[in-house]
Amino acid sequence: MGAEPLVLGIETSCDETGIGIVRGRTLLSNTIASSMAEHARYGGVVPEVAARAHLEALQPAIEAAVAEAGVSLADLDAVAVTSGPGLAGALMVGVGAAKALAVSLDRPLYAVNHLVGHIAADILTGEEVEYPTVALLVSGGHTSLLLVRDLVSDVELLGETMDDAAGEAFDKIARILGLPYPGGPEIDRAAAEGDPDAVRFPRGLSRASDMAAHRYDFSFSGLKTAVARWVERAEAAGERVSVPDVAASFREAVVDVLVTKALDACARHDVPRLLLGGGVIANRRLREVALERAAAAGVAVRIPPLSLCTDNGAMIAALAAELIRSGRPASTLAFGADSTLPVTEIQVAVGA
Amino acid sequence: MILGIDTSLGTAVAVVEADGVVRSEAASPDPLAHAEVIGVLLERALADAALGPVGATAAPTPVEITHVAAGMGPGPFTGLRVGIAAARAFALARSLPVVAVPSHDAAALAVLLADPHAPSEPFAVVTDARRREFAYTVYDGLDDDGHPVRIAEPALSPRDALDELLAAGGVRRIDVSAVPASMVALAAARAVAAGRTLTGGEPLYLRAPDVTLPGAPKKVGA
Ligand SMILES: [Zn+2]
Repeated sequence: MGAEPLVLGIETSCDETGIGIVRGRTLLSNTIASSMAEHARYGGVVPEVAARAHLEALQPAIEAAVAEAGVSLADLDAVAVTSGPGLAGALMVGVGAAKALAVSLDRPLYAVNHLVGHIAADILTGEEVEYPTVALLVSGGHTSLLLVRDLVSDVELLGETMDDAAGEAFDKIARILGLPYPGGPEIDRAAAEGDPDAVRFPRGLSRASDMAAHRYDFSFSGLKTAVARWVERAEAAGERVSVPDVAASFREAVVDVLVTKALDACARHDVPRLLLGGGVIANRRLREVALERAAAAGVAVRIPPLSLCTDNGAMIAALAAELIRSGRPASTLAFGADSTLPVTEIQVAVGA
Repeated sequence: MILGIDTSLGTAVAVVEADGVVRSEAASPDPLAHAEVIGVLLERALADAALGPVGATAAPTPVEITHVAAGMGPGPFTGLRVGIAAARAFALARSLPVVAVPSHDAAALAVLLADPHAPSEPFAVVTDARRREFAYTVYDGLDDDGHPVRIAEPALSPRDALDELLAAGGVRRIDVSAVPASMVALAAARAVAAGRTLTGGEPLYLRAPDVTLPGAPKKVGA
């Protein structure tokens, strides 16, 4: 295998079936089939619905990715798959398919970490990536703050959410405000007309007393309760609830705590770089505030295109290509889905 | 040669020649480790198949897989999907057709081939469906294609109601704890030879996803 291996990546950790194909650091295709619409009526991702959708979407997605890349499966140098973290039943669909693909083609298989995959997505932008960097990964499934010293060998978890992921918080608040699922874009739309300073909602784990144990951790359940209480109180008092104002104030609280903690991590680790990843990066206000405050702090912000920020297979392929580049042996076939895989395990079941 | 894969109970992989000669079988009874073991079992079954038919001393012919047979359940969903995903991906990589086989058909075939001279009587293949239910399918003998005759489609029954239900129809109960992949492959071989489809391409879930529609947001109190 050369330094520019042709790798197909399979990602099924949540509600997106992602198949990506890369040649080294070059993106050839990034096919994403989402079951989001099927979850809309439930107001959140239903694991069994997601897993069923993965099974049905996988083969067409692989066929589409291969066609778009203009390669054939026989050309592949390696197969890559997300082993975790994520929804166990959803992950297992991808793991089963990836193993069979690798055995059928007689190619090496790289089982990798979903969160580190989000960081690897940045490599596919074609720009020079510098380390160390702080990475803030925000989606419906995770909210993590990482310190990346080396993509393939040294990723440290600085903090993560203690309860809901930020994306989940958006979904729940949308429901309280009578807005449809998924909540992120709906809150964003409503907030555009609102006053972010209308209500001062709490910033979770941001008090001085939180700094010792949870400096870089997040919590959104208190914020959710605060919003619900505020709305209930206003309704009970017969006041008119301004959905735009509540949406904007809620969004501001989430964005504030995310950006503040990320830039605090940059400052305290003396790392002038911040990488944003995960589907919630689509939130316009989050990007705006991050860019504005980072500029003031002398931190360079990198934001991959949205198609590489949301869960996708290309980032999984990209991470495997980097592992190959650094001479890492393939994974053995003896691994499973690990729903709580720690971020320090960049690759699982590394072979001899 | 046909590669058979079934993960409706444990994980089972086999390679069978078109005429039914078993080349290899590799299986794990673990009802929870499908994703962990599927790759190793596939690799082992293919390697063993290259050694020739099980128990034969004749020189082996090269293994050329022509079809992939997938056990479509019923079975616990999470594990079941691993085998179907694997079967589809293996076939896709080599541009092979996937033959969908009801897993109970394979189990019934094993029962009927074990004693070909047994008098014909209806029997039910019964497997664990979790949540205090059994999955069962009723068969009676083999048809001209050598395939078990399904006289009632796969269904679920509460565990404590199944015996009464089967007795009422004069159906013998046969509990099955493993589906042999060789029988999945053989059922597929016979279906292919007869130009038949045994089941659709979808898994036999028999149960809708377990979800509750959200009501109005809960009050949190003031
Ligand atoms: Zn993600």
